[in-house]
Amino acid sequence: MSTTAEQTLTAAELAAVRADFPLLERTVRDGQPLVYLDSAATSQKPECVIDAEQDFYLRRNAAVHRGAHALAEEATTAYEEARETVAAFVGVASDELVWTKNATEAINLVAYAMSNASVGRGAPASAALAVGPDDEIVVTEAEHHANLVPWQELCARTGAALRYLTVTDTGRIDLTSLDVITERTKLVALTHASNVTGAISPVTEVVAAARAVGALVLLDACQSVPHLPVDLKALDVDFAAFSGHKMLGPTGIGALYGRRELLEAMPPVLTGGSMVEVVTMTSTTYAPPPTRFEAGTQMVAQSVGWQAAAAYLAELGMPALAAHEAHLTAHLLDRVRTIDGVQILGPSTPEDRIGAVAFVVDGVHPHDVGQILDAAGIAIRVGHHCAQPLHRRLGVQSSARASIGVHTTIAEIDYFAEHLARVREFFGRP
Amino acid sequence: MNDAMTQLYQQVILDHARERHGYGLVTGHAGESFQVNPTCGDEIRLRVHLDTTGPAPLLERVSWEGMGCSISQASASVLTDLVRGVSVAQADELAETFRELMNSRGRSLSSAKDEMLGDAAAFTGVAQYPARIKCALLGWMALRDALAHALTQAPPAEEKNGMNNDD
Ligand SMILES: Cc1ncc(COP(=O)(O)O)c(C=O)c1O
Repeated sequence: MSTTAEQTLTAAELAAVRADFPLLERTVRDGQPLVYLDSAATSQKPECVIDAEQDFYLRRNAAVHRGAHALAEEATTAYEEARETVAAFVGVASDELVWTKNATEAINLVAYAMSNASVGRGAPASAALAVGPDDEIVVTEAEHHANLVPWQELCARTGAALRYLTVTDTGRIDLTSLDVITERTKLVALTHASNVTGAISPVTEVVAAARAVGALVLLDACQSVPHLPVDLKALDVDFAAFSGHKMLGPTGIGALYGRRELLEAMPPVLTGGSMVEVVTMTSTTYAPPPTRFEAGTQMVAQSVGWQAAAAYLAELGMPALAAHEAHLTAHLLDRVRTIDGVQILGPSTPEDRIGAVAFVVDGVHPHDVGQILDAAGIAIRVGHHCAQPLHRRLGVQSSARASIGVHTTIAEIDYFAEHLARVREFFGRP
Repeated sequence: MNDAMTQLYQQVILDHARERHGYGLVTGHAGESFQVNPTCGDEIRLRVHLDTTGPAPLLERVSWEGMGCSISQASASVLTDLVRGVSVAQADELAETFRELMNSRGRSLSSAKDEMLGDAAAFTGVAQYPARIKCALLGWMALRDALAHALTQAPPAEEKNGMNNDD
């Protein structure tokens, strides 16, 4: 497309994008047109992604890395080409990208590999990943449970301590808390963009603090990769996790990026078929990464679908898409901010944030807010969005969240805001 | 606002959600239960106060505190009125009938059951929204659990029970 980073998508381009998403044509709740503002939970899929998955099953289906027949070769090629496309999309080499079920599994993969290293598996190469009672893992208060609970569990298994960076009242990571990163820190795990506040984390500062003490950095890139140009090498993180389904791809597939030396040093987690070299009745040697971490029959059709999604986004151009979404986010924030009795959680201006906007309505529980909007065909998320500690920190039990996707229009945001503005009245709040 | 919403949020529900009967924990209880709905973080702590002077124990009153959506708050409030002074067996029957209503996909039950449920029959519409059924049931689950504790004299459960759907 001809857009540059400064421009947003033209009306014609946006209409063309919307036409690519068959699901957007359906109605909900007695004929209301669907207004899908829940892309942060999962994205809708363009037809090319659905077609790619279907085409794989129609023409190329076979198990990969097993057998030498023609189909097996084609399927293996498709699977590895998909890896190249997705890896290139985030600026890394394809042998540094491990397929997983989702981002949650990718984060757990690192945590369990560290656990295994801590009991000597993969030694001596894995020593850098081992943790014990003298070590600390650092997370932040802004994390999704997926980037918190696996570290709590790793600490419980190994005796390491869990520390955290705090967040400010507006949901930004508080850089004055960077001093929890010390010589004892083995790994810092943080989100790139919060799925609640939309805040983009100060990754550069956190990476610098981690580097200064020799700690590793894991980035939860679930919410950034679908919306911003992300170059993991430039960010200089050691690990990153993200999911296909949040970036127009299929469910059932995610990825772990790991720096090559680290993946090479990592002991396996899931073991069994496909991830081995020589197996005897008493011992096994393991394949090099990424295969070492891909035990069992793999999600090949999903990898092909994800490749189509990454290609679709690359074709739109991530800088152009980010500029387009920044424009929509600014409008969404303006509209929500100016409704009486509605408070935004997190930054209320568009700088350094993505288009996930959580809010609370005075005197009306988020579940009830969501229900009223749902009756108008508007899909938003309500609850704690898998981030209970962050809600607690911001002084609320739960919230409602509207989040934009590539197909979101200004008219949809206005429609949403008009209905949101009437919610308090429905519940008799003055 | 559209009809579906006025059907779901009957005036009875809106009124009870605003003015919650039985709200505020009272001591001297025979049993207590704490329930959470992990999907949305709604929680309730409910106490049962028994009158054991007669041949069969009567549910003298219920007291509770909690936070949650209008459906969960109104349901606990309506429950408080319904079970006041009934026998433990009747309270259990009410809870069972309410559960049946929630599984009815929005159809009313027999008129006898409807009558028995009183204001709680206003929750019929909730059964059409699977995500909200848990909200309406939260207080009733706490009631049954608190009664079970009261009758076995077991210490109250501090842990979350039953519902799990952490997404
Ligand atoms: C910031 C963040 N991290 C992690 C996850 C977990 O992703 P998944 O459920 O695809 O594993 C999500 C989404 O649910 C998220 O928004």
